[in-house]
Amino acid sequence: MKADTGHYDYWPYLDRPKIRWPNGARVAFWVAPNIEFYELAPPVNPARAAWPHPYPAVPGYSIRDYGNRVGHMRQMQLLDKYGVRGSISLSTALCTHHPEIIEMCRERDWEFFSHGIYNTRYTYGMSETQERAMILESIETIAEHTGRAPAGYLAPALSHSDHTLDLFAELGGIYSCDLFHDDQPTPLRVRGGQRFVSVPYSLELNDTIAYVVNKIEPRRYGQMIKDSFDRLYAEGAESGTVMCIPTHNYQVSCPHRIKAFEDALAYITGHSDVWVTTGREIAEHFIAHHHDEALADIAKKNGGL
Amino acid sequence: MALAQAHLDYPHRRYGMDHDRYGWSMLTDRPPVRWPGAKPLAVWINVSLQHFPMNPSASLKLAGSMTMPYQDLRHFTLRDYGNRAGIYRMLRALDLHGLKASFAVNAELAQRYPSLLATLVARGDELLGHSWSMDTPHAGGLDPEAEAALVQRSLACLRERSGQLIRGWLSPGKLQSPHTPELLKAAGIDYFCDWVNDELPYRFHTANGDLWNLPLATEIEDRFVVMDNLHAEASWAEQVIDAFEMLLAEARQEQGGRLLSLSLHPWVMGQPHRIKHLETVLAHIAASSEVWQAAPGQIIDAFASQQAQAST
Repeated sequence: MKADTGHYDYWPYLDRPKIRWPNGARVAFWVAPNIEFYELAPPVNPARAAWPHPYPAVPGYSIRDYGNRVGHMRQMQLLDKYGVRGSISLSTALCTHHPEIIEMCRERDWEFFSHGIYNTRYTYGMSETQERAMILESIETIAEHTGRAPAGYLAPALSHSDHTLDLFAELGGIYSCDLFHDDQPTPLRVRGGQRFVSVPYSLELNDTIAYVVNKIEPRRYGQMIKDSFDRLYAEGAESGTVMCIPTHNYQVSCPHRIKAFEDALAYITGHSDVWVTTGREIAEHFIAHHHDEALADIAKKNGGL
Repeated sequence: MALAQAHLDYPHRRYGMDHDRYGWSMLTDRPPVRWPGAKPLAVWINVSLQHFPMNPSASLKLAGSMTMPYQDLRHFTLRDYGNRAGIYRMLRALDLHGLKASFAVNAELAQRYPSLLATLVARGDELLGHSWSMDTPHAGGLDPEAEAALVQRSLACLRERSGQLIRGWLSPGKLQSPHTPELLKAAGIDYFCDWVNDELPYRFHTANGDLWNLPLATEIEDRFVVMDNLHAEASWAEQVIDAFEMLLAEARQEQGGRLLSLSLHPWVMGQPHRIKHLETVLAHIAASSEVWQAAPGQIIDAFASQQAQAST
């Protein structure tokens, strides 16, 4: 096991080359709805159990199914209302299970990125060949059902191997959502040397982390989102920042939580100088305009050149 | 290092669900629902009346069960508090606001405290089966014959002592074994409340014929919010009111008919420092003229009759 990911070098959040977003925006703001399928009876991964209860795990399975049956439409209508195109972190088996959801998101020109095939299939224990096959199949499924191969990857259930990012870069991807080390995009080192970047997603503002792990009250979650935005907006006057709200249709869309989310969305989109965008567009803009300059600055600050 | 090939096979990847218990359907694709009196929002309040034995034997411990070495007097008596004091405080609050609740009752509790059961029966409120006790989870691995006997014993006890038909069922901890739906259907249950994947009733398939699933939301229940998430009581009340207003706004739209299900536990919300927050919620519900406040059996009947019309 490695002691460090090895994908990036230290790069202080200080005196970096200025990031300029389109139209002089301060913050690139994106919402990443995770649209997931959890299996009722997945094969049991040796490293991690999918469910806390024996088969059938009704409590865990049924609330996640709620997300697709009820929650998705609620969140989609809200994002429509505030002019946000979602960047979907997709369990690609959902293309087969629930094609209606895929079609609605496609009509809205939402982005689809890969989140593996099922969120109950973990990367742990896979050989490199197996992981490559799984990632490739997820890419091909998205291309087939949406007409475009995904640019981004978030490993299923945040389960990784030593080669996850290398493999995705080799298979044509340009960005990862798996790293939480920064508020700006950063170049990532992958073994094939592809131009590959981290686009800030967020663990702290991820609704499942907020609600399930950190057990935060809905209105406090809304306030956290606003506070996060205020700071990134202020700092973005100096150099463009990224803010992401990762969501789950079985968390944020529950009737007792969606008001707080709507308040936060209304607040953010009520500001000028916000680039309401997608993960892919952030990655493409950064690679086209800032990637090489960033690499040079990182090298300089680590004693090179 | 590699996983067995089964980890990369996807035998249930197909249209709809990965099992045959119910069909795939998005809430917004359903026929319109109209509740009695042209009220847009149905509100169902369920109170779970539970017995947690001090000497639990089930390998799976449900939330609220004993956690200390025997004798766990603190938890045994704190749960018992709900059935002695908390429930009566809660009944007064309901009556004060003119609201009705259904009661899911562990059969052992009905047997232990006949006067409590008599109070509920005299109120005329609907009772639901809730298995024998909080030490009898219907979890996977339970022997099917033992589970059949458990269902029979629980329902027979509650039916005999209450004189009610008992059409509804709430499994302790909302856990089911692979056999629970068949056993409940065979025992004359019309609906259960265990699968929280929807906000309206839907048909659930069993080898003995269909029954209804009427979801009783977990994410907003008192125990989950206050005891698991450790949110302040005032936050719980705010969350319920936010949910109420959100569902009501949606219910006023063309498709209509939404349902707020509210799950309560007297050992949680019946405490003196919490009851006023329940009263805040009840007052908010009672103040609305757009609510059909109903028992779960009434909701099933109203919904089922419309579904029958919609399909003819």
